[in-house]
Amino acid sequence: MHEMGIASSILDGVAVEVRRRPGSRPVKVGVRIGELAGLDPDALRFAFEALTLDTPLAGLELDIEYRAPRGRCRECAREFEVRNFELLCPACGSRNAEVISGDELEFAYLEVEEDEPCAAGRKSPE
Amino acid sequence: MNRVPLEGKVLNENARVAAELRERFREHRLLVVNLISSPGSGKTALLEKTLDRLPGSERVAVLTGDIQTENDANRLKRYGFPVKQITTGGTCHLDARMIEKHIADWDLETLDLLIVENVGNLVCPSSYDLGEAAKIVLLSVTEGEDKPLKYPSIFFKSELMVLTKTDLLPYVPFDVAAAVENARRVHPDMEVVKVSCLTGHGLPDWFSWLERRRQTLLAALPQPVV
Repeated sequence: MHEMGIASSILDGVAVEVRRRPGSRPVKVGVRIGELAGLDPDALRFAFEALTLDTPLAGLELDIEYRAPRGRCRECAREFEVRNFELLCPACGSRNAEVISGDELEFAYLEVEEDEPCAAGRKSPE
Repeated sequence: MNRVPLEGKVLNENARVAAELRERFREHRLLVVNLISSPGSGKTALLEKTLDRLPGSERVAVLTGDIQTENDANRLKRYGFPVKQITTGGTCHLDARMIEKHIADWDLETLDLLIVENVGNLVCPSSYDLGEAAKIVLLSVTEGEDKPLKYPSIFFKSELMVLTKTDLLPYVPFDVAAAVENARRVHPDMEVVKVSCLTGHGLPDWFSWLERRRQTLLAALPQPVV
């Protein structure tokens, strides 16, 4: 339900990075989202598209890495992926485990196209 | 094509406001809990019993959320504690901005405990951090004992599950042990309190949980200079 705000925050992050790289054009932005962040990837893609439509960022691709939470067994210290929200150690079968990640909402990468070195308007070396 | 690594959180507006609120609550040494359940699980009834039994000297306030009406605030105001209604006007959850707005004219220094009653909904409120110290999920014995498996996110994020309406247990096919097992399947550390607001059974456990939780919070804060 708050995917629009998240999409807007992602675009703010892209804008900051692009300003640091004059002459570059963003093509794709990657984010990591944990299942526990409470975000629906489809709704986020929809919001992202709606916000970029008819703007200079139209066509910018959003790559979402949707991650299952990870748990750690308190009996045998094994780290494992939590499936279906069930904390169960696959090694020793114990349920005495804790969640160590899963609500992340982070930037991963930005793919940019840089201007060709010989592009017009560029100063040639003296 | 050039791929550059990006770092940092995608911090949305709600997370930012919630982080500010949490810091303020810490400064005022105030325990804030966020009560979440389906509609009709007994959040308001639990609050009525809580306020009714608390000595008037306790420094407690309540924010109660609903889509429409002031009914809950009117039910709760008669106990003499500060109570405010948040009507969301259609929104299915409370967000941090609503909390910030509604506590604006309260002096947090005069409070030890703020209980937030979220809008009745097991899904959306789980995504919205309100700056609380702990989320508490209520499950009534007239619901299914598999609810923790059907709505795992909120059980995953709650520290305490309050089983309500336990006076009805003789009349409904609700398996308490299965409900607790299901909750601990998604959250092994889940604490459980069983209460009946009709008979008052289990309420002392609820009060002692709140007191313990406040002590845990205070112990984690820098000690005030004497």
